[in-house]
This record gives sequence, C-alpha cells and structure tokens, in this order.
Amino acid sequence: MSADLALIWPELILTIGGLITLMLGTFAGDRQVGLYQLSALLTLAAAAAAVIALFGVDATVFSGTLSVDGFGGFAKLLIYAASFVCILVAPRFFTGGMRAEYPVLILFAALGMGIMASSRDLMTLYVGLELNSLAAYVLASFMRTDERSSEAGLKYFVLGALASGMLLYGISLLYGFTGTTDFAGIAARMGGEMNIGLIFGIVFVLAGLGFKISAVPFHMWTPDVYEGAPTPVTTFFASAPKVAAMALMTRVVIDAMGPAVGAWQQIIIFLSLASIILGAVGAIGQKNIKRLLAYSSINNVGFMLVGLAAGTQQGVEAVLTYLLVYMVTTLGAFLVVLQLRDPAGNQVESIAALAGLSQRRPGLAAAMAVFLFSLAGIPPLFGFWPKYLVFEAAVNANLVPLAVAGIVASVIGAFYYIAIIKTMYFDDKSDVEVTGGGNAVEGTLVTVSALWLSVIGYLFIPMLAIASASAASVLF
Amino acid sequence: MIQLFAFYLFATIVIASAAMVIFARNPVHSVMWLILAFFNAAGLMLLAGAEFIAMLLVIVYVGAVAVLFLFVVMMLNIDFAELRAGFVRYLPLGALVAIILVAELVFAVGAWQAGGVDLAARAAPAATDTSNIQQIGELLYTRYIFLFEAAGIVLLVAMIGAIVLTHRQRGGVRTQNISAQNRRRPEDATRLVDPGVGQGMEL
Repeated sequence: MSADLALIWPELILTIGGLITLMLGTFAGDRQVGLYQLSALLTLAAAAAAVIALFGVDATVFSGTLSVDGFGGFAKLLIYAASFVCILVAPRFFTGGMRAEYPVLILFAALGMGIMASSRDLMTLYVGLELNSLAAYVLASFMRTDERSSEAGLKYFVLGALASGMLLYGISLLYGFTGTTDFAGIAARMGGEMNIGLIFGIVFVLAGLGFKISAVPFHMWTPDVYEGAPTPVTTFFASAPKVAAMALMTRVVIDAMGPAVGAWQQIIIFLSLASIILGAVGAIGQKNIKRLLAYSSINNVGFMLVGLAAGTQQGVEAVLTYLLVYMVTTLGAFLVVLQLRDPAGNQVESIAALAGLSQRRPGLAAAMAVFLFSLAGIPPLFGFWPKYLVFEAAVNANLVPLAVAGIVASVIGAFYYIAIIKTMYFDDKSDVEVTGGGNAVEGTLVTVSALWLSVIGYLFIPMLAIASASAASVLF
Repeated sequence: MIQLFAFYLFATIVIASAAMVIFARNPVHSVMWLILAFFNAAGLMLLAGAEFIAMLLVIVYVGAVAVLFLFVVMMLNIDFAELRAGFVRYLPLGALVAIILVAELVFAVGAWQAGGVDLAARAAPAATDTSNIQQIGELLYTRYIFLFEAAGIVLLVAMIGAIVLTHRQRGGVRTQNISAQNRRRPEDATRLVDPGVGQGMEL
C-alpha cells in the first residue's frame, strides 16, 4: 500500500494543495487573490514535477484500479498545463468577483481528469469523470448573478447527468457480460465470441464518453455552454477536459475493447465524420466568437477521432500529438478572446466587433490569425502537422475513404476561419472600439503560443514524436 | 415454502405500490407509496441474502431520501393539476421513452436467459462464510481504497459547489460576537439603585 502511495504523488499533491488553497481562501478571505492563486499554481507545478519524476514507471497500483504509466503522464502534463494557464488568467476577468473557489475547483477538476487519464477500471473511470464533471458544472455557473452563466451551468448539468446515466448503463452491461470492471479482464472477454449485450455495452459507454468530448451527435450542449460560461472557464473547458476525455476514450477503446475492433471502429468512424462535418457546417453563420470556437472544438475532436479510428499505435501517437497542438492553439485563441474589451472594460464577444482589429491591435490580430489558420490546418502553420499525422495513420490502417472525407470536410472548415481573418483585416472598422490590452502575463502567453505554432513548432517534431511514441507504446 | 410466500408477497406489494406512486392524485401520497415500495424492496433484498443492502435501503432511502422528497413536495407549491394538463401533449414522447425502457428490460432478460451472463466468472467472487457487511468493508477499504477516497473528494467538491452557488453575504444581519459577550463585565450591565420610598424610579 505505501509502495502504491509513492506512485500517486501527483494525485496526492493535487488533493493536499486543493485543501490548502481552500483553507487559504476561507481564512484569508476572497480578496487575497494573489495568495490563493499562488498556492494553486504552485500545487499544479509540483504535481507536474511529480509526473515528470515518475517518468518511465509502468505499474498498476491499488489492486489494478489505477495505472501509472507514460500515457497517463503525457495526458496529465497537458491537463496540468492547461489548468495552470486558466488559473493564471482568471483574476483579470473576474475583477472584483474572483473567489477562492475558482482555483480550488480547477485543482479538483484537474485531479479528476488525472484519474480519468490513468484509469484502468470502469469504476475508476466513473469516479474520475464525475469528479471532473461536478467541478465543471459549478465552474460553468460560477458567475451566478449572470443569467447566461447560470443557464450554461444548468444545461451542462442536466445533459451531463443524462450522459452519465448512459455511461453507467453501458458500464453495467459490460460488467454484467464480462464479470469484471477491469480493462484487461474486459479485453480478454472481448477477444472471444461477441454477444449483443457486449455490443450494447460498448455503444452506451462510447455514447457517454462521446458526450464528454462533445462529439456529434452528443455535442448539443457545447455551443451554449461555451457561450454562457465565463471566458476563463470556457478556456478551461476547451482545453483540459478535452485532453482528459480523449485520453480516457483512447484508453477504453484500445485497452478494454481492443480485441473487438469490428464493434467499436464503426462507431468511432461515425462519430468522427459527423463531428468533422457538423463542426464545419455549424460554425458558418455564428455571430459569437465563443460559439464559433465551440464548433471549432467539435470539428477538431472529429479529426482526433480519425486517428483513434485507425486503432494502431501510429494512430494513438497522432491523437496525442494532436491533443498537444490543439491545446496550445485553443488556449491561445481563447486568450485573445479574453483580451477583447471595449473602452468601458466589457468583454466583446461578437465577431462583427472584430472588424478592423488589425489596425487597432495589430499584434493581437496577427496572433489570432495564426491560431485560426492553425486550427484550420493550413500548411505553413503547425496545426497542419497533427492533421497530417492522423490522416497518415488512417491511410496506413486502410481507412482511405475516412481520410478523404475528412480532408474534404476540412476545406469547408477552413472557410469560416478565413472569414474571421477577413473580418479582422479587410472589413471597415466596427463601431465598437476594441481596446483594453491584457497584462504582461497574457501577452507573453499569446506571443509564445503564436510563435510556437507558426514556425518554431516544427523544431519540436522529433521530440514530440519520441514523447508520443513512448506514451502510446504503453497501450500496445 | 415460507420464502416463496414471502417473495411473492414482497414482490406484489413492490409492484402495486410502485404503480400507486404514479397513479396517486396527491403528491404526498405518492411519496408515501414510494416509501412502502422501498420497504418491500428491502424485504426482497433480505430474501436474496443481502442484509446490508436491505438495511441501507431502509436507512438511506426511507430515512433520508424519501423524507427529503416529502419536504420538497410540501415546500414547493407546485400546481399538480396544471402539470397533468400537459399529459396528452407529451403522451407520444412519454410513450416512446416507455417503449425504449421496456425494450431494454426485455433485451436484458433475454440476454440473461441466453446465458451471456456468467456470474461465476466474477473477478472477486463473494466468500460465503462471512456477513455482507464484512465482505463489503473488506473490499472497500483494501481493494477499492483509492476509489473510496476519490469518492470522498467528489463529495467535497459537491459541497464546495453548493456553497459557491448559494452562499451570499447578507447585510444587516445581527451575528453573535462571542468575544464581546465574554468581555462584558457585570458593572457594564448592572446598576444598583436605591430608590426612596414613594418616589418611584427611572431606568
């Protein structure tokens, strides 16, 4: 038991750090933003350091309920980094309304996501997922006096509870028909004869997880929640939970359902194509930048699922690379959105207000253009590279029609990204004057991520390849 | 024989009272029927040899959940007549959900009959010589200790969330100031007066 404890340092640090931050918030008061923010940031940094210290360990702990391995480590580093950024940028947004519960909830959500990414048992999966979801529901309605925020929280909660129900029904079927909740045990049974109970179990589990990654047809909540939630929270939703849920889905599909390729592959292909196409078509005609980025995230999840549909080690490597690049891009894009304010200091979210941004804030407009081009996957930018990897994996797994359909749909997707860039650069200045720059921290983050995505990223390809290969090899 | 009799008794009452939960006109009566259903389900659990779950049903569901239901039903002034007015309108959707649920039940029973479920092959077969509560405790605090602790954090997050969403500072509230109360000396609060006879006194 104590040997097991030594292997879950990241989780222990997050738990203790979360409790300390909670106490600091309670006794020092909500106004001591710097204090509890610092405590939360230090906790995340320490947890990330613990993940790095555990590099190379491949073990299952606590009687096989949790695994400590490179795959989980990779996902956890991404999750902690995204949570770090979302805590860092929050105080400027919640001016006056920042409360200590915000970093605390993010810390516990990060803990839940870490558990999701390293689960190897259906029960661990569910506990991790609920820990993350509960914190997320509250975060979505964090500005409780704001009507849109409360609506977003309620909508997310109701639909999330429905998805949890479906997931649990699937889990109960898988447990009933295999006699175990352990991924390896389930995989052993899947290798044998399939029966209709197992297939139903797979369908329901994938439907429940599809909700969490907001894959079509389980995406309905995404635009509303992204639009209504406070922008730092939306930034969080678009980055860390996506990584965690995608890692979890990969683990379930490869680890638990691996031998039953025929059963899950067609579901993943359907989710993937539907998400790519609907994400691209739905984004056209959106007036709100947060809604548009929500559709963009649906679209990008579709591309990740292309890599997962391949079901090979190459496919999983591509998914992991995609997750990293997508996370940096989406964080950057939302950081730019966070900086858009009118002279009175109110957030600007309408796309029409972006007209003429290239003259008012040339640097910001250029960074946004980089992020949007990168999300569209246009070649000179780094966003192209993971898209290339997932399609390569799909082609190598003999899924040529899927790859072709994906590429065609990505052309549709490019349309609306370019439409925003046109608005920023070529339209007449809007009436709403967008001013109010960010602070140094936000500026640095935006600059670094834009530079990384523009050219410097390509220098990291060998490093990324090694990291994703060592992470993905754990599952095979 | 007596077990068979008890099973049919409990099972019949569970189904009958579950039906009454839906058909009762008064929502308070619905909750009462629900409590009866819980009690009889506990009886069924006892027959199945799961005495711990039977007690949990009585303590948690009857003792806490049903009472909460009662409170909510009584405190929310819901016009149930108005709610029922939408019955015909939502009948197609409700019927669809009901059909799906029935299909799921039929399918689950069918799969069970087909022999897809192999209980003997469970990962952790139950020992027969110990009581339920001991078996659950042994699993919960050894094999599933990590999940048990994580579930504790889930509850903590739920608590924090409830406070975040509902707690607000109210102005003009007279709170107790214990240190001020303790600092108060008798001479601050009492006064000895010696009124003359027939003069009355002022306070």
